[in-house]
Amino acid sequence: MKLKEIAHTRTGDKGNMSNIAVIPYEERDYHILKEILTAEKVEEFFSEICFGGVKRYELDNIYAFNFVLEESLGGGVTRSLAIDKHGKSLGMALLEMEI
Amino acid sequence: MKKIRIGCGAGCSYDRLEPAIELVEKGDIDYIVFECLAERTIANNQQQKLKDPSKGYTPMLEPRIRGILRKCKEEGIKIVTNMGAANPEAAIKLILEITKEMDITDIKVAMISGDNITDDLEKYKEIVMWQSTHTLGELEAEIISANVYLGAEAIKEALDNGADIVVTGRVADVALFVGPLMHEFGWTENDLYKIGQATLLGHLLECGGQITGGYFADPGYKDVEDLHILGHPIAEIDETGDFIVTKVKGSGGEVSLRTCKEQLLYEITDPSCYITPNAIVDFTKVCFRQIDKDVVLVTGAISKGSPTTYKVNVGYCDCYIGEGEVSFGGLNSLPRAKMCADIIEKRLKIVGANIDEYRVDYVGYNSLYKTNISDSFAPKEHSEIRLRISGRTKNYDDAMLIAQELDYLYTNGPAGSSGIESGVKQVLSVGAIIIPKENINVQITYWEV
Repeated sequence: MKLKEIAHTRTGDKGNMSNIAVIPYEERDYHILKEILTAEKVEEFFSEICFGGVKRYELDNIYAFNFVLEESLGGGVTRSLAIDKHGKSLGMALLEMEI
Repeated sequence: MKKIRIGCGAGCSYDRLEPAIELVEKGDIDYIVFECLAERTIANNQQQKLKDPSKGYTPMLEPRIRGILRKCKEEGIKIVTNMGAANPEAAIKLILEITKEMDITDIKVAMISGDNITDDLEKYKEIVMWQSTHTLGELEAEIISANVYLGAEAIKEALDNGADIVVTGRVADVALFVGPLMHEFGWTENDLYKIGQATLLGHLLECGGQITGGYFADPGYKDVEDLHILGHPIAEIDETGDFIVTKVKGSGGEVSLRTCKEQLLYEITDPSCYITPNAIVDFTKVCFRQIDKDVVLVTGAISKGSPTTYKVNVGYCDCYIGEGEVSFGGLNSLPRAKMCADIIEKRLKIVGANIDEYRVDYVGYNSLYKTNISDSFAPKEHSEIRLRISGRTKNYDDAMLIAQELDYLYTNGPAGSSGIESGVKQVLSVGAIIIPKENINVQITYWEV
């Protein structure tokens, strides 16, 4: 199945960093995703885009994750050559990941 | 128990006007905040100010003030905004003109300044820039602007002194919300729970409609009603620091656990360490509870203390980007677009364009996610493809060579080269440095009409 069947995402940016919040629709899926949606897996998924590593923060209080992707916005929002300079579409890509 | 209601009238410089009017007319609010400065906005505004000294504030200041001022005066709603941008003086002048035109008197307007340190950067040349290995002094570029993200103290003081409208340049976005709450409840940075909650309130509201269903809907997965009349958020907070987030009844969108969770994590790194000038806040104990339709109770944000430093955004003339796009149709569109990209690349060598960074995108195939991710879920054939070429150059002329080569394609490119657009833009980039708070003098100036 794809991640989008059990979770939604929101993407933000700061300089050359992109952050993707992954939020399961159901709390029980948080614990499953904790096991399978690792920082390594997300880093591998974005290997053509993210060059500074991925860190995962866990929020047990709201059953959500924050993935921080360093060096992933083509030099930063203000100088990127990309169409999507903010990387606002990146979270939707992650939802297509097979899990 | 005393309660204060704050609405967010705008979450960026170009945001709709109607939700702000709806907030002052139907939101039963005490304050309306307009947060209008993204990372680069002030650098752009500074350039406008250099061209025309009467400009450099947020362009939508005028319709916003005109649209809400009379009602705000009647209801005693105070306005707090960073729409002063690079030129708060000019913003104040405009506001005073509007009050005169609208025949509104007995208004006190306060200007917060001191954030602009563009002419005072010499002493920071040795500081290594944020997300970089270079010092500020090593930046080989013309610096356009340098603005400190100020805290909430001056906004509080201006309100203590009776200001009805507070206009700032760069302040931390959340300070626009924290300032009024410090003023209303007498909270200080030492009230760790209350200042933590006030900061969280600002964080959740500062992007306007992003917590009420904007930047959220995904048909079939996350359905949201009436986004064309999306309501902007209101927070109601009492002296305990606990607050609810809601919106005007009848407006579009939703306030729910899922919108609140998304906005809590928007543009943050470590959720246990959300750094602002007045508080470093831990979001890992935050709790959301849906207590009614479109009403979410928010508790649990705690400050871990305040930093001794300020962040400063530095805007500089970085480079030029030459770019262009051309469309291809039919099931052979991708091969023709690739052929076209090859032609352009060879042409740019022939004409001797000096390009520091070069990018080829096939819109409709890989322009957002590059090739590996796109291939993992994309169809193998495309009905149409738009080729996009972009290159970073040091000089305008080199960027122009890229744009020109795109223009030449109508008569020289592959079959069906269509819808060509090209252009050159100068790029204003933004970097940041961190400096000691004690270096900065914040001033407040008042006008009364």
